[in-house]
Amino acid sequence: MLKTIRLEDENTQFLKKVESISGEIITVCDQCGVCSGSCPFTDDMDITPANMMRKVQLGQSDVLETETIWICASCLRCMARCPRGLDLSKVAEALRQINLRTAINHIKVEDISPEEAKRLPAIAYVGAFRKLTG
Amino acid sequence: MKNNNTQLMKIPYFPGCTLKDQAKNFERSALDSAKILGIEFVEIPKWICCGTVESLTSDDDMHHIAPMRNFIRVEEMNSQKIVDNEYRMLTLCSMCFNTLKRSNQFINNNDQETLKKLNDFMYLEEDYQGKVEVIHFFELLREIGFEKVAQKVNVPLKSLKIAPYYGCMLLRPPDIGIDDAENPSIIEEFISSIGADPVDFNSKHRCCGSYHTISKVQIVINSAKKIITDARNHGADAIITSCPLCAFNLDSRQKEIKEQDDSFKQMPIFYFSQLLALAFGLDKDSLGLEDNYINPEPLLKEKGLL
Repeated sequence: MLKTIRLEDENTQFLKKVESISGEIITVCDQCGVCSGSCPFTDDMDITPANMMRKVQLGQSDVLETETIWICASCLRCMARCPRGLDLSKVAEALRQINLRTAINHIKVEDISPEEAKRLPAIAYVGAFRKLTG
Repeated sequence: MKNNNTQLMKIPYFPGCTLKDQAKNFERSALDSAKILGIEFVEIPKWICCGTVESLTSDDDMHHIAPMRNFIRVEEMNSQKIVDNEYRMLTLCSMCFNTLKRSNQFINNNDQETLKKLNDFMYLEEDYQGKVEVIHFFELLREIGFEKVAQKVNVPLKSLKIAPYYGCMLLRPPDIGIDDAENPSIIEEFISSIGADPVDFNSKHRCCGSYHTISKVQIVINSAKKIITDARNHGADAIITSCPLCAFNLDSRQKEIKEQDDSFKQMPIFYFSQLLALAFGLDKDSLGLEDNYINPEPLLKEKGLL
């Protein structure tokens, strides 16, 4: 029997927003799971990368509260393997940006201990601040 | 080793932040080795940070301005005859390579609209013409020919088993990668050219955890441990990389891995250029081994290479 999922307006708006910021056509995701199997950090995430895509397809904005969107470090293993040619790193970036554009940072500089601060290379700071602060 | 300076091939070189600080040994060993091959890296005047990570959203043009200013510098180097018709921008750091190459692709999109828009921000300099091509040192070595690299080797690194760690930034996205995204071989060819044995291992393009080394350290510790253990299980004596962030995560984070698991056997991590310099017979100053966290000297002495 054919089933139709109808999204509420607010869900559609959220989906459209993520599609617009990421530039990805998220509705073409088939939920095959290659991304979740390829991601080196699936075990550290609270929802899998495929789950993240499903939630966005359904316009469920609680995806913004997941750890997954912050753990994705744009290594692009999933992107290189996605049979639909989707770039999940751009979707995760869009979800991070929706949070960060409300001027709430995801990391606090003061949490870095003085010993670590001395030891860490510049490349780590620039990368983290670019991805995790607004 | 004799070198006639007039014959050196001059190429614009973008160092990036970390090669001027924690990864000085990467820069020194690469520049000194390049001279043996007849190449002079000419540092781009007034270069600025590339931003380390690529901006991935469709609506963010701002973060492409920094890469673009560096491209303008390369075009200036040509107009000022600092280099002769050489629009290739050479990078050593994998992250700089990735960010700059992707940005260049983004700026030079088909309709040239982004290029026009970003040039409107350039009040203090000439417009970017879009002529620059970002390349990595590995690509230049491939172009010169690994057989030519092999001819310059004074000290073949015989019996040294090396795991080629590509990481992410040299290979993905596939349309900017220096080799096949899933089954690359360029670093293996490099390893063979300096007389060492390349070791195949599953984790060669597994992410080390990148910038999470700032705020999600345990993810990086776990990832580094998996990569190093995998390399060891496949018989590697050491790992090579071209990324200062991978190097920090794989090398320096072995401190934490060891603290958490005393049975863990530590492994030296080299910049590929350090082994190139070693194979060319360059001196200690060029190698900069003292800056590596895990001391590689015992391994190199055991193999009769120091």
